[in-house]
Amino acid sequence: MAESIYRALRDGALEGELAPALTIKDSVASPFALQVFSHVISQLFSSILAGKSQSRGLVVVSFSRSPSFYLDLLKNKGTDVASSNKQIQILDCYSDPLGWKDQLAGSRNFTALSNEAMVSSNAIVFREVKHMDKLYNSIIELGKGLVGGGKIRFSIAIDSADEMLRHAPVSSVARLLSNLRSHDQISSIFWLLHSDLHEARVTAVLEYLSSIVASLEPSHQLANGQRGDLENFSLIKHNSKKGKFHVRFKKRNGRSEEVHIEQSGINFASLPSEGAINQGLVPKVQFSLQLSEKERIDKANVVLPFEHQGNGKPIQIYDGRRSLVDSKHERPVSAVENVQTNENCGSGEIIYYRDSDDEMPDSDEDPDDDLDI
Amino acid sequence: MNQRSSNLLDEALGLDQVIEPWPLRGRVVAIEDQVETSGSFVLHHLLKRSLSPNSSNVTIFIAFSQPFSHYDRILRKLGCNLVSQRDNSRFFFFDMLKLQCPDGDEGITPEGGLIALYGKIHKTISALPEISWKNVSIIIDDLSLMEVAANGSSDYVLDFLHYCRTLTSEFDCSLITLNHEDIYSSEDRPTFFIQMEYLADILIKAEPLATGLATDVHGQLTVSNKGRNKVSNFHFKVKENVVECFYPGRS
Repeated sequence: MAESIYRALRDGALEGELAPALTIKDSVASPFALQVFSHVISQLFSSILAGKSQSRGLVVVSFSRSPSFYLDLLKNKGTDVASSNKQIQILDCYSDPLGWKDQLAGSRNFTALSNEAMVSSNAIVFREVKHMDKLYNSIIELGKGLVGGGKIRFSIAIDSADEMLRHAPVSSVARLLSNLRSHDQISSIFWLLHSDLHEARVTAVLEYLSSIVASLEPSHQLANGQRGDLENFSLIKHNSKKGKFHVRFKKRNGRSEEVHIEQSGINFASLPSEGAINQGLVPKVQFSLQLSEKERIDKANVVLPFEHQGNGKPIQIYDGRRSLVDSKHERPVSAVENVQTNENCGSGEIIYYRDSDDEMPDSDEDPDDDLDI
Repeated sequence: MNQRSSNLLDEALGLDQVIEPWPLRGRVVAIEDQVETSGSFVLHHLLKRSLSPNSSNVTIFIAFSQPFSHYDRILRKLGCNLVSQRDNSRFFFFDMLKLQCPDGDEGITPEGGLIALYGKIHKTISALPEISWKNVSIIIDDLSLMEVAANGSSDYVLDFLHYCRTLTSEFDCSLITLNHEDIYSSEDRPTFFIQMEYLADILIKAEPLATGLATDVHGQLTVSNKGRNKVSNFHFKVKENVVECFYPGRS
C-alpha cells in the first residue's frame, strides 16, 4: 500500500479539486515517521526527475532536520542534486527559525560561519516561523521560482507539522495547510506528525485536512510495567526495528479503506489477513499446525460414533445385525435400542450394551445441576 | 581499572573502541532518570570519557543543578582533575545556578536569558581551532531546572535546545542532556519530555529494578541507540570510585 500512496502523490490533483494531502503519523512507541517521510520524498523526487509525475518540482519545508540532511539523502539515492536545483528547493526553517542568530549578530561579536551559507543554491533560510502567513508566501514564492507561474504544479513536503504547531496556534496552521491544498499550482502535499505531542483534537484537525493518513504503530503493545521486565524489553527490541504501517484513504466518494502492512526497516510487506498478524509468534516447525478450509469442513461433517452428537437429537448406531429401516418400523424414533447379540459385527464399530431397558438415554443435562453446594 | 567495569555502557554508546574522533559527534544523547535511580552517574561517566587523556575533546558544561566544586569532587574520585582541565581550556564550566530569565516574550533579549547562553556557547566553540569542533561535547545538567530558570516556559527551553541541536549539525559536536522522568509523569501529556525522546539519537533510561530495591544492584539502564539500531539493557551499581555495569544475574 506504500505503492498506492506514492501513486496518489505522483498523480497529483485533478482540475478544480483539492491537492492530495498525506499525514504521516507516529508515536514514541514506533518512531518511524521520519524514515517513511524520507522514503516518500526520495520516491516522489525520482518520479519528478523522470518526468513521470504531475508535479514538476519539490519544495521541502525543513524544521527538524538541516537542509543538508535531505540533500545527502537524495545524493545517497543516486540523484545528482547539484544539477537539480531547478527541481528541488528547501525552505530552511531549521538553521535560524526565530532569528536568534540575527539578533545576536546585531548586539555582540557573534560571527555567523561561512559554512552556514553552505548548501545555498538549494536552500533559503527562513527566520519567522511564528508567522504562518509569511511562511505561506515564502513557500509559494519558492515553488513558483522552481516551476514558474501558470498551470505548472509543484509538491510540498513539510518536516514537521509539530514544529509549526509549537510556534503557531492550530487554527493558523490549519489555514496554511488548507490554503496550500487549494492553491491551483500545488500538486500534492505531505507532512509528518508525532501524535503523542498533541491533544487528540489537534491530531484530528490535521487528519481532517488530509486525504490520506498513514499511521505507524508498534507491532506489539507493551504490557504495563517497566522497560526492564524481560517481556517488555524483548518487545521494545522488536518494536525498535519493526512496526505496523496502517493507511487510510478518503476516496472521492467519501468511503475509506484500510490496509495493514508490516514494515521492517523501510521495507513494506503485506500481511495475508488479520488473523495472521500473530503468525510471527507461532513456532516454525516442519508440520502444519493449522487446518485448511476443506479440512475444517470435513471435520465438521464427521459423524461421531456416540449415541448422540450433543445437538439434542438421538442417533441410531448401525450395529451390523439389522438394517436401520427395519428398526424404524419396529419402535418409536426417540427410543434407543438394546442390542441383543453381537454377531456379524463389522470391524471398527462400537457396540454398546445397555445394562437395562430402564436406563435413560444420555442427555445433555448436567447431572450435577441439582447439587446444592 | 575503571574501564573494564563500565564496558557495557561504553559498548552500548560506541565508546569502547577509539574515542578520537569522538564517537558521539553530531549526536544528541538524552539521559532520563527518576528519584530512586539518579542518572547523574552517566553524566559523570561521559564527562570523564570526554576528558580522557587519550583524546583532545573539549567539554562545555552548562550547570543548572550544582556548583563547580560538586563536579570537581566527584570527578576526582573517578580519576579526573577538572581544575587542570579548565586551566588547559579543555573544560568550560558555565554556572547557570543564578540564571533567571526575564518574564514574558518581550523580555527575551540577546543580553539575557537563553538566547545569550546560546550565543556564548557558539562563541566558545567558534574560538576553538576548526579541527577541534567535532570533538566538542555540550553537557546540560539538567533540563528540568533550565525550565524553572525559564519561568516554566518549556517552549523557550525547546527553542534553546533546537538551537543547540543546530550546533551539532554546524560543528558536528555532541549534545548530552539529563532530565527527570518522574517530574513529568503526572502530566496527561508530558510534551516536553516526549519531545526530548524524539530529539535524541541515543536515549539512556535509568530505572529501578522491577523487583524493587536491592543492595547489590542499584538499578537498570536501557540504552536505545537509534543510529546503530541497537537496544541494550543491563544492571548497574554505583560505587565510590566506579560504576559497575553487568547483565542481570551476573554481579
